[in-house]
Amino acid sequence: MDLFEYQAKDLFRRYGIPVPDGRVASSPRAAEKVAAKLGGRVVVKAQVQVGGRGKAGGIKLADDAAGAGAVASQILGMDIKGHKVRRVLVERAGDIKAEFYASFLLDRSAKAFLGMVSAKGGVDIEEVAATDPEAIARVHVSPLTGLQPYHVRRMLFDAAIPKEAHKGAVVLLETMYRCFIDADASLVEVNPMVLTGDGAVVALDAKVSLDDNAAYRQPLFAKLAAEIPLPKQEKIAKEKSLNYVKLDGTIGIIGNGAGLTMSTLDVVAEAGGSPANFLDIGGGANAATMAAGIDLIFSDRKVRSLFVNIFGGITRCDEVAKGILGALEQLPNLKAPIVVRLDGTNATEGRDILERAARPNINMAPTMLDAAAKAVALTKGKR
Amino acid sequence: MSILLDETTRVLVQGITGSEGTFHAKRNLAYGTKVVAGVTPGKGGQKWEDQVPVFDTCQDAVDETGANASLIFVPARFAADAILEAADAGVGLIACITEGIPALDMARVYPYVRAKGVALIGPNCPGLISPGKANMGIIPGEITGAGPIGLVSRSGTLTYQVMYEMFTRGVGQSTCIGIGGDPIVGSNFIDVLGRFAEDTETKAVVLIGEIGGDEEERAASFVKENVDKPVVAYVAGFTAPPGKRMGHAGAIVSGSKGTAQAKAEAFESMGIRVGRNPTEVAELAIASIA
Repeated sequence: MDLFEYQAKDLFRRYGIPVPDGRVASSPRAAEKVAAKLGGRVVVKAQVQVGGRGKAGGIKLADDAAGAGAVASQILGMDIKGHKVRRVLVERAGDIKAEFYASFLLDRSAKAFLGMVSAKGGVDIEEVAATDPEAIARVHVSPLTGLQPYHVRRMLFDAAIPKEAHKGAVVLLETMYRCFIDADASLVEVNPMVLTGDGAVVALDAKVSLDDNAAYRQPLFAKLAAEIPLPKQEKIAKEKSLNYVKLDGTIGIIGNGAGLTMSTLDVVAEAGGSPANFLDIGGGANAATMAAGIDLIFSDRKVRSLFVNIFGGITRCDEVAKGILGALEQLPNLKAPIVVRLDGTNATEGRDILERAARPNINMAPTMLDAAAKAVALTKGKR
Repeated sequence: MSILLDETTRVLVQGITGSEGTFHAKRNLAYGTKVVAGVTPGKGGQKWEDQVPVFDTCQDAVDETGANASLIFVPARFAADAILEAADAGVGLIACITEGIPALDMARVYPYVRAKGVALIGPNCPGLISPGKANMGIIPGEITGAGPIGLVSRSGTLTYQVMYEMFTRGVGQSTCIGIGGDPIVGSNFIDVLGRFAEDTETKAVVLIGEIGGDEEERAASFVKENVDKPVVAYVAGFTAPPGKRMGHAGAIVSGSKGTAQAKAEAFESMGIRVGRNPTEVAELAIASIA
């Protein structure tokens, strides 16, 4: 789960990571109040989970509270690369002497934690990595022994961070690492980490991704998740524990297993169709799961047909077939074509059940590729 | 031969008395796998299904039955502990089926079991099967049979699809291994490819990858340097948009890396043929040994 900047900074405060004074606001009035409390010049920042908000006009300075309210009213409701701005973060503006970069993440390739520091901060770090990789100091941290003082020294010296920033940077990096571990994060990134005029080192921006698998042991997780808006369908999916991702096409997809479902999207695209979603019903799909899944898919008004692609292993195809029929009984108004391909455990029984039911909108296909072609052909019609 | 698992492997099942554990241990036993022990803390002394002794600890199970492999079905929050317990009890092979283990737990487990020389398959995987010999995990054994193709995959059902496509064309497998869909898994493609390269029974290898990470790219280079046998590949997730996690914790495209396109290109640049869909990859694998 990716946090908003204001959520990440609230988390940072809990671990003593220095961040500017500030607060989130969801109306111009609230922004004005926050600014008045802070006093002096403030910066008003759009809270969206997408890069490039500064260039898009989503970050503005204001000299006083009234000014903060005015720029907040410009920023709130803006559309930044398809993300609607619902909140702004109002922070005290400080003088910046230098901008750096710092992060800790889980390095999948090395199977260890990776710490990175660069004196080139405030810019796209992937750009720096591509054009000037030497400018990024990297150390791998063993998950068994954790961050050591020498790791921090190496990053600071290798990145040629100026000496006057060292003391503050050590504190920031050590508290960042503690947050990374304690919060079960997969990424904690500060870009820029700034040196201010009075010699402090502060996290001016904050990006945090938390591991969904660790939600059960992170008491803050549910509260943070509730603040992150999801597309309507994904919200319903979450409530019904369906593994669903909304896409933009017209052909609904249900598969069992993440890999097979991804592959199903690919063969549909290859056959000239456009998948409307990813939905993995997992093992042991019963009628209720099937009905919830089918209902969810057709709640997207763009969907014209549905492709159910099942390879029975633990999931039995006869159960899936019953699930489809059960779903159709619960959804009597559903007339859109459904293409079903069943193979593996009890496939013959499953196909028999569907053929006997003789539903006009259910089409059987012998293979995954035939089914994809059929689903694409049937999409041409009306819903 | 086969790799890692055969008819002599003595398997203990952690979580054997749970519903998942019972269901799959029965299937594995019926397949012919030597399931010699179960471990459920507090249920030591019982007999599971009137035939397999249950122990409180892995150490007891290993000491009493000579188990040399462990299959894990315990819930996610106890799974890292279960893996470490099995490794400390001295088994050489662990397959962890459990899904949803925190990445931080696996980050600590990985270097520990590695240092002990234990082969860990998974977590969040279907396990492994050496068709005709033994089945350790949740792969449906009845969809295939013994043969000359080795298979290694990050996926579950997609693996079954490819096994089945090969078998319906008359070609079986030496060993099939699902390495799992998490960011940190105990064995990566390279570990398994190295074993297939040395296995005399395996004539060709199918590799099934998906979006996220760079294991496929590393595997492609490894094959060029170290594997003399034909290798064909498939990658799922060409239509996956960046930033959306596709079911598996590891299946997410971030930045420019990790796309299916980049992976397919990496394979092709190393001379590895890539099937456009599961049917084509099965056909390519069969053609490679013809």
